[in-house]
Amino acid sequence: MSAVLEQVFQVGFLAAIIRIATPLAFATLGEMFSERAGVLNLGIEGIMLLAAMAGFTGAYFSGSLWVGVLAAVAAGALMGALHALFTVVLGLSQHVCGIGVTLFSSGLAYFLYRLIFGQQSVPPSIKGFQPVPIPILSDIPVLGPAVFNQFTLVYMAILAIPLAAFILYRTPWGLSVRMVGENPRAADSAGVSVMATRFQAVVLGGALMGLAGSFLVMAQFNAFTFGVVSGRGWVAIALVVFGRWDPWRSAGAALLFAFVDALQLRLQAAGLGHIPYEAFLMLPFVLTIVAMAFMSRNAVAPSALLKPFRREER
Amino acid sequence: MLRLEARQRTPAWLNLTLPLVAIVVTLILCSGLIVLAGAGVADAYGVMFKASLGDSYAITETLVRAAPMIFTGLAVTLAFRAKFWNIGAEGQLLAGAMASCFVGAIPMPGPLAMLLMAIAGAAAGAAVALIPALLRVRLKVDDVVSSLLLNSVVFYILMALIEGPWKDPFSGYPISPPIEDSAGLPVLIEGTRLHLGVLVAVLAAPLVWLLISRTVLGFRIRVTGENPEAARYGGIDVQRVIVIAALLSGALAGLAGVGEVGGVHFQVMSDISPGYGYSGIVIAMLARLNPLGVVPVAIFLAAVMTGAEAMSRATGVPAFLSDVIQGTALLAMLVALLFTAYRIRRSA
Amino acid sequence: MTTLPPLIEMRGISKSFGPVKANEAVDLAVAPGEILGLLGENGAGKTTLMNILFGAYQPDAGEILVNGKPVSIRNSADALAAGIGMVHQHFHLASRLTVMENLLIGIPGKGGRLDRAGALARLDDIARNYGLHLDPDQPVSALSIGEQQRLEIIKALFRRARLLILDEPTAVLAPSEVDGLFSALRAMAAQGLGIIFISHKLNEVRALTHRCVVLRHGRVAGRVDVPAETTALEMAQLMCGHEIVPPERGPSVPGAVVLSLDAVSTGGHGGMPLRAVTLAVREGEIVGIAGVSGNGQRALADVVSGMLKPQSGTMDIAGKRVAAFTPREVQALGLGRIPEDRMTTGLVTNLPLADSMVLPRIGTEAFSARGLLKPGAIVAFAEAQIEAFDIRCPGPMVRAGALSGGNLQKALLARELAFDPKVLIAAQPTRGLDIGAARFVHEKFLALRARRCGIVVVSEDLEELLALSDRIAVMYEGRIVGVLDSADASVSRLGMLMSGAGGSA
Repeated sequence: MSAVLEQVFQVGFLAAIIRIATPLAFATLGEMFSERAGVLNLGIEGIMLLAAMAGFTGAYFSGSLWVGVLAAVAAGALMGALHALFTVVLGLSQHVCGIGVTLFSSGLAYFLYRLIFGQQSVPPSIKGFQPVPIPILSDIPVLGPAVFNQFTLVYMAILAIPLAAFILYRTPWGLSVRMVGENPRAADSAGVSVMATRFQAVVLGGALMGLAGSFLVMAQFNAFTFGVVSGRGWVAIALVVFGRWDPWRSAGAALLFAFVDALQLRLQAAGLGHIPYEAFLMLPFVLTIVAMAFMSRNAVAPSALLKPFRREER
Repeated sequence: MLRLEARQRTPAWLNLTLPLVAIVVTLILCSGLIVLAGAGVADAYGVMFKASLGDSYAITETLVRAAPMIFTGLAVTLAFRAKFWNIGAEGQLLAGAMASCFVGAIPMPGPLAMLLMAIAGAAAGAAVALIPALLRVRLKVDDVVSSLLLNSVVFYILMALIEGPWKDPFSGYPISPPIEDSAGLPVLIEGTRLHLGVLVAVLAAPLVWLLISRTVLGFRIRVTGENPEAARYGGIDVQRVIVIAALLSGALAGLAGVGEVGGVHFQVMSDISPGYGYSGIVIAMLARLNPLGVVPVAIFLAAVMTGAEAMSRATGVPAFLSDVIQGTALLAMLVALLFTAYRIRRSA
Repeated sequence: MTTLPPLIEMRGISKSFGPVKANEAVDLAVAPGEILGLLGENGAGKTTLMNILFGAYQPDAGEILVNGKPVSIRNSADALAAGIGMVHQHFHLASRLTVMENLLIGIPGKGGRLDRAGALARLDDIARNYGLHLDPDQPVSALSIGEQQRLEIIKALFRRARLLILDEPTAVLAPSEVDGLFSALRAMAAQGLGIIFISHKLNEVRALTHRCVVLRHGRVAGRVDVPAETTALEMAQLMCGHEIVPPERGPSVPGAVVLSLDAVSTGGHGGMPLRAVTLAVREGEIVGIAGVSGNGQRALADVVSGMLKPQSGTMDIAGKRVAAFTPREVQALGLGRIPEDRMTTGLVTNLPLADSMVLPRIGTEAFSARGLLKPGAIVAFAEAQIEAFDIRCPGPMVRAGALSGGNLQKALLARELAFDPKVLIAAQPTRGLDIGAARFVHEKFLALRARRCGIVVVSEDLEELLALSDRIAVMYEGRIVGVLDSADASVSRLGMLMSGAGGSA
């Protein structure tokens, strides 16, 4: 047991948690914005994959990682716009469209990657982001090297959480997002365009999912593989529910999941894997389903989630 | 400005032509990708067609692939008719595969083994589907998210088993021990892989159709799906109907797994389903939730998947085109469906 | 009158929904400081007209002038900009957000942030000027219905509305709350605001408004310049357009009790519960249930229809005790049911009409055997009823939603009457129907009464109840506070009982 504790309080372990949590935090915030506006985005799994592909390709050919990040964000936003076109503008069923967007964008990601890079025995890779230590802060023992000697994208994720909370709770646009997710009719009668607000929220969500995808290929794996997302999108959907549609709680849920995942990896490495690692991997899903069962009594999901809004209904 | 206007009635011809229109639009859109890959559109689709439906062996291969998709398509159709949003056919398929493989590995007479495999597989699929159904009717938990998340749970259970206690001791790979030879589904045509499960899948479609349109239970499922409040007022136990629909749906998805174990793979591995459960959603929507439409649509998508490999070898267009076609077809169909309920009017 | 231009003027407004003319050539104007009553029965076009003013619908013809200048109101943002505020019948509030957040929605922020300080100042102003107070940090879910309505009014004032439209604001209020609302409205008018008060309650219109416009079938049926000096009967005649002639009705010869409730109480299930309701209906009589909306009528209809199981008390149908309170049980005992909401509770709009017509009895041997449907019998039944009730439709396989309201109600009547009910309960049976269809329904009820059926009619339309019923029971706060023979009943006596001021009958 003491060996385990030693592992836990290692700098490397804390840093690993942060790195596992970063793409999840982006993806979870993205899904949260979309769902707060009343739009479930099951396309997230495919959007992250396509964004990862676009990001990798952009970085590979431009030689600039930031061009890659931009490409990933653009791809994410574009797929968000596609989902919004179907669900918000045309009012089609959100879950079926989401599955469609996931099938479409993951198919497209595989297709384009194979088209551009062909079938190679050793997949092409890039030199990914390097940690950027923050002066002074990175000198704090344990916490410093773990949190303040990280990739720029990690810092962006850390800043994105309070920023998301500020936008959602303190700005007129954030209030509009929450209102169209709770009672679109009320927003409409107050002169707020339900369609525009929802569209913007879903596109912003897609862009954040794109950031998540870019982190996977540019900071975590430094290559694009077909399993690069492998269910992280579904995890994000679970984390949004688990985090009760709140930026702070959702990010906290991402951190908690990352902790369990990192622990699982360490335990395996340390040869302490009595429990199959799959048990840890399925944990967020099981916990979310259990949480949903308890939560639904005082329902906290946005009231208008999954409900399309059309004016002049008669 | 253009706007949508509700239709009073949907013309009958639209119901039949819309899926065709959606498929044609999909093929046209995806031909852009073929051009991008530097191949001829007619060439690529031609090879795809020949390799999947061009000769009798190819047709049997396509049918073998269509079988699980027919089952998942029917599973989704039945569930969606009751507005039970079963996104979990994938997990139910995996559960069915595991249960039937487990039973099939026990030595017993072949026919009995097959029967018990089918029962075990259907029961396992139904059990998985029961979870989101009970959560919904008892605790009002959203069935979309819970059934989706269960896919991952079942997948990881499968992985844990075949990498752990259930790993085939005679294999280096994470796969389960094979079923008994006698438990394998009989091949219908010598020299092909066309197994009994394919026939069962094709026959299941009219049965599901009968269930939905000709039985009291089917009537209750339809009414519950369209208007649960009117159903309740009409004396229908809505919660019970949703649970029954979920059980039947899960059982059908479970049978998809039974067919794959009993007729194709004879054991369970991590990639036993390349997303047949999700394909079921595409198929059900393209079939306009009509069980009889599920068969041709499933065969079409199976042909695309079977033909894509050959197309890739012949023209260099990546075989992943078939995945793009599936996703595009679903989205195209959703837009097309809009025209059954609305028409576009020009407004001042 | 004043020389100022009216705050708002609508000229020649027409609007059709398909074949239905909801508004036709309506003229209407409100001056500053004026409270205008907009009167009319359900379905007369009041709500449509106001939705046009608020930008929810575009008129087919006509123009809207604000302060004498023509404006085009394409959406609620335009309406708000033109100084028009609306308090809808169903509140447009997000119950999980706070009062403040509901106020600030759609208001531009200050420096990119929500302007809370500015909002608090405005809120103070409004509280001082009109006596409307609310705690800004409470979630809306914690407010009473009356407080939520206050929030809607504050919302409009917050946006500096010069004209306030209130759509049936008193329907949801207790009588004591009505007084508070009225004094606030008078205070607003005194400060130069214009108010349109939509109602079909004559006494309220007489008490509050300065002038009033009566709509009937989408047209202006009449204008009343001094409502306080016009009798309720005169206004009612304007609304109904004819001397109210009761349908031919023979004397009642009631027989044995076919429906009896004894001390029935229910739990509060998102509505007013029943409190020890006792009621007996005999064969061959029509018992009307009167009351202001939300006083337990819905719970009563639900209990009788087998949709709600009481917490205590008993119910007998044709001498047999009801045990399970399910639709199938009460039906099997001989009860027919006409639901309040045809489109959502009665029918399945997306399925063929025939399916809706056999829905409650699909499991009986008339329509199925051993779990299999009898499609021939289903269609034959539907065709026979379409013929017998003169339901205008292309055939039994047409989508039920394609039928008009009157024909849908005929279909619902047909599906119950075909099985010779011993008791029939009908909730709001003529709401939203045109006069012809309503008359058809009334005649069917009277024919049924002649065939010794016991009938319960729940309605908010007193004229309907007076014309139809042999006895009228009045509900108030979940109790039956009085039962009158219709010979002794009058609008004013019923009104007294309905307001809870009746004492014993």
